[in-house]
Amino acid sequence: MPILQLREIVKHFGPTVALDGIDLDLHEGEVHALIGENGAGKSTLMNILHGAFRPDGGSMELGRMPYSPVDSLDARRCGISLIHQELMLAPHLSVAENILMGIENFRFGWFDKKALHKRARSVLENFDHPDIRPEATIGELSIAAQQVIEICRAVASNSRILLMDEPTSSLQRHDVERLFGLIRSLKADGASIIYISHFLEEIREIADNFTVLRDGKSVAQGKIGEVSDQFLVSHMVGRTVKNLFPKRTINEERETVLKVKDLSSPPALRSANLELRRGEILGIAGLMGSGRSDMVRAIFRLVDAASGTVTVRGNESQATCGTPASRISQGIGYLSEDRKREGLALSLSVADNITITRWSSCSRFGWLDLSKQRRRSEEMIAQVGIKAAGPAQPLKELSGGNQQKVAVARLIHQNAEVLLLDEPTRGIDIVSKAQVYEAIARCAAGGKAVLMISSYLPELFGMCDRLAVMSRGRLSRTRKISEWTPESVLQEAIGSN
Amino acid sequence: MDTHISTSAKTISGIMRTWITLLGPFLGLALVILAFSILTGSPEKYLSPFNIRVVLSQTVIVAVSAIGMTIIIISGGIDLSVGSTIALSSVVTALTVNAGFEPVVAVFAGIMAGAIVGLANGFVITGLRVVPFIATLGMLGVVRGVAKWLADQQPVNVSQTWINDLVVTFPNPPWLLLAPGVWIAIFLAVLMVVVLRNTIFGRRVFAIGSNEEAARACGIPTKRLRIWIYSLGGLFFGLSGVMQMSRLRQGDPTVAAGAELDIIAAVVIGGGSLSGGQGAILGTMIGAMIMAFLRNGCQQMGWPNYVQEIIIGAIIVAAVAVDQLRQRRT
Repeated sequence: MPILQLREIVKHFGPTVALDGIDLDLHEGEVHALIGENGAGKSTLMNILHGAFRPDGGSMELGRMPYSPVDSLDARRCGISLIHQELMLAPHLSVAENILMGIENFRFGWFDKKALHKRARSVLENFDHPDIRPEATIGELSIAAQQVIEICRAVASNSRILLMDEPTSSLQRHDVERLFGLIRSLKADGASIIYISHFLEEIREIADNFTVLRDGKSVAQGKIGEVSDQFLVSHMVGRTVKNLFPKRTINEERETVLKVKDLSSPPALRSANLELRRGEILGIAGLMGSGRSDMVRAIFRLVDAASGTVTVRGNESQATCGTPASRISQGIGYLSEDRKREGLALSLSVADNITITRWSSCSRFGWLDLSKQRRRSEEMIAQVGIKAAGPAQPLKELSGGNQQKVAVARLIHQNAEVLLLDEPTRGIDIVSKAQVYEAIARCAAGGKAVLMISSYLPELFGMCDRLAVMSRGRLSRTRKISEWTPESVLQEAIGSN
Repeated sequence: MDTHISTSAKTISGIMRTWITLLGPFLGLALVILAFSILTGSPEKYLSPFNIRVVLSQTVIVAVSAIGMTIIIISGGIDLSVGSTIALSSVVTALTVNAGFEPVVAVFAGIMAGAIVGLANGFVITGLRVVPFIATLGMLGVVRGVAKWLADQQPVNVSQTWINDLVVTFPNPPWLLLAPGVWIAIFLAVLMVVVLRNTIFGRRVFAIGSNEEAARACGIPTKRLRIWIYSLGGLFFGLSGVMQMSRLRQGDPTVAAGAELDIIAAVVIGGGSLSGGQGAILGTMIGAMIMAFLRNGCQQMGWPNYVQEIIIGAIIVAAVAVDQLRQRRT
C-alpha cells in the first residue's frame, strides 16, 4: 500500500496546461526519481505536493487519507517537506534559525536560543557537517554549505516524505556522497523521497523507481534498474536524442585570440595562465569555489584583478584596468553561471535581453529601430531554438532552459570573438542542453574562441579540444583533451597528484 | 534545425502589453470621474471645460515631476527630495527674475537648480554607495534648508513676467485652450514615452532597474547611467519648481512639502514598481490625473481636506494591491 498516491492530477495556469493527468505511487522507504525535461511539470507537481499550488483536478491520498494542504506549513505538518532547487534561506539569520524556521523552540513565548542551537547542531552532526556552526550567519556560508542547510531544514521537521528538487545542482562530489548517505539512512528509517535530477547517473545511484514526465503527463514508470538510459531519454523527449554532443572538426595551429598571463584576484584566484585559440573550445574544470568563475569574471572585469595581463587579439592590457563595457568592445562575451542574478533581466522582453549587448545592430544615433530589433531577435530565436511566444514576451514567462538559450543567443548576436561561458548548461533539460551545445559548436566552427567552465565532466569531454583544471585558485597547464581522463581531471581538481 | 516558435501561446505584441498595463489606471480614472459626476449631482459642471482646465492646471506641477520620478523608479531608484527641489527651484527662479535677468534665464536657472540636486543625488548614490532612499532623504533636508537660506526664510515676491502665465486657467491667447504649462507637460510626457521605448538610453533604464548586475555584465556603465537618470529627473523637478513659482507668483521656500508622496503615488498608481524595471509614463499621467480629479471632486463636494487624504491613501494601496493580483494571475 503506497503512503502517497496521486491520481489524474491536473493543473492549469491560465490557458497553459502544466499538468495533464499525473499518476504516482510512493511507498514507504522508497526513493522515487521524477525525470523529465524542464517544463515537463516536475516543479509544478512538487509545488502541489508541498502546498504552494492547489491542483485543478485529480486526487491525492496520504496514508489512505485525502491530502490537500492549504500551504507549505500545512504540508510540513502532514510530514511532507520540499528542498528547493533555488535556495530559500534568510541570509541575515543564523544557521540554526534557518534550519528550524517555523518550528522554533519557544519558552513562555521567548525564543530559546540555547535549545535552538542544540537541535540545529544535532541535525548538522547527523549530516556529517559539524564544521558548520549553528550561530553562523547564512550569508557567510558558501553556496554548497547553504544547500546543506536547506536539506537539514527538511530533515529537522521529521518529514516522512521529502521532495528534493535538483538537490545536488550546487553540491560538490563529497557533499553529494554525504547527501546520498543521508538519503540511505532516511530510507532505512522508513522515510520516502521524491528525487528530481537531470543527472541520470545520480538517479541510477540513489533511486529505486522512476516516473518520467513529459508535457504534464506521466509517460513511463518502473524500476530504475530494469531500463536503459536510452529508454529514459527517449521517453523524456518523446523522440530519440542520438548525439548529445555535436560532431566537431578540430583545427589546430590557429592564431591565439586571448592570452591571459599571471592573472590573480585574491583570495579566490591566485594564478592563471592560458591561451585561447580561434576555433577551439577550451574547457575549465575544477571544484566549485576553486576560482574558476573568479578567473573569467576577472578577465571580463566584473571583479578586480590584483595583477596580470590580458591580451585580446594582439592588444595587451593590464588586467587591473577596464570595464565590462570595454571588454565587450574588445570582442569578449560573457555568460554568467547565475542567470537569475547576473545573467538576464527577467522582467524585460526576450528581444531586449538578446540585443542588450549590441544595440548598435538595431539603432542609429541612440534611437532604436524597434522593428529591426524584433527581426534580429526572431532570427536568434529561430537559430538557437528558443521556445517563446515572440520577441516581446517577458523573459520570466519562459522555462529555465529557454532562458538560458536567450543568454546564449545574446552572445551570438553580440558577435563576440571570445566567448567566456560559465556553466552554460547548468540546470537545463537535455534537449535544451543539446541545443546549447550545438550553438556553442557552431560558434567555434565559425572561428570564435570558446572558453567553457563546467562541473559536468561528460560535457567537457564531449565538447572541448583542450582542457585545464582549476585547483585552489591555480590553473593547471592546458592539455589536449585526449591527454586527460576523468580520473586525472578529478585528481588535479582536488590537488592530490 | 527545427524552430520552436510556439504557436499555441497567443502572441502578444509589446504595444498590446503596454495597453493592458494601462487599462487598470485608466479604469480607475474613469471610476473616479464617474463617481464624482454622480455625487456632485451635476456632471455638466464637474466635466465642464472650465473645471477640466482647472484640474489640469492643478495637475501639471505634480505631473511634470512625476515624469522624472517615473524614470528614476523604473531604474530601481527613488527620489524623496523632489518636494524640496521644487521649492529650491521656485526660489532660484524668483531670485533670478528679481536680479533683473531675462525670464528665459530665470527659467533656465530654476531648471538647472533641479538638475544640480539630481546630479548630487546621483553622485552620493553611486559614489558613496548610499541607498537611494537614505541619500535622497538626506537631500530632502539639505535642499529645503538651502532654499530657505537663499530666500532668507520668506517668500520671494516677483514682478509680473510671462513666467506667471505658464499655468493660468485661462491661457492667453485663448486659442491655446489649455495653459502653456499643460501643453509643455503633454509634450514632455509624449517625448519621454518615445525616449523610454525607442532609445538605447530608455532600454538601459529598464535594464538597470530590472537587474543591475546583469546590466553591468552586459557592458552598461551602470554608475554613469544612474547619475544621468537622477540628473534627468532633477531637470523635470526643476521645471516643476518653475511652474510652482508661476502658480504662486512667488518663490516660496516652504512650498511643496510632502509633494514627494503625491508624485511617487502617481507613478505607483500608474503601474510603476518600486522594485524597478516596471513603469509607464502614460500610466503615471493617469495616476496624477486620478489624484487631481479626486481632490477637485472632494472640494466641489465641500468635503474637508482630511477626507481627501484618506481616500487618496486608500487608492494608492488599492492600486498596488490590484496590480499584485493581476501579476499573480498571469
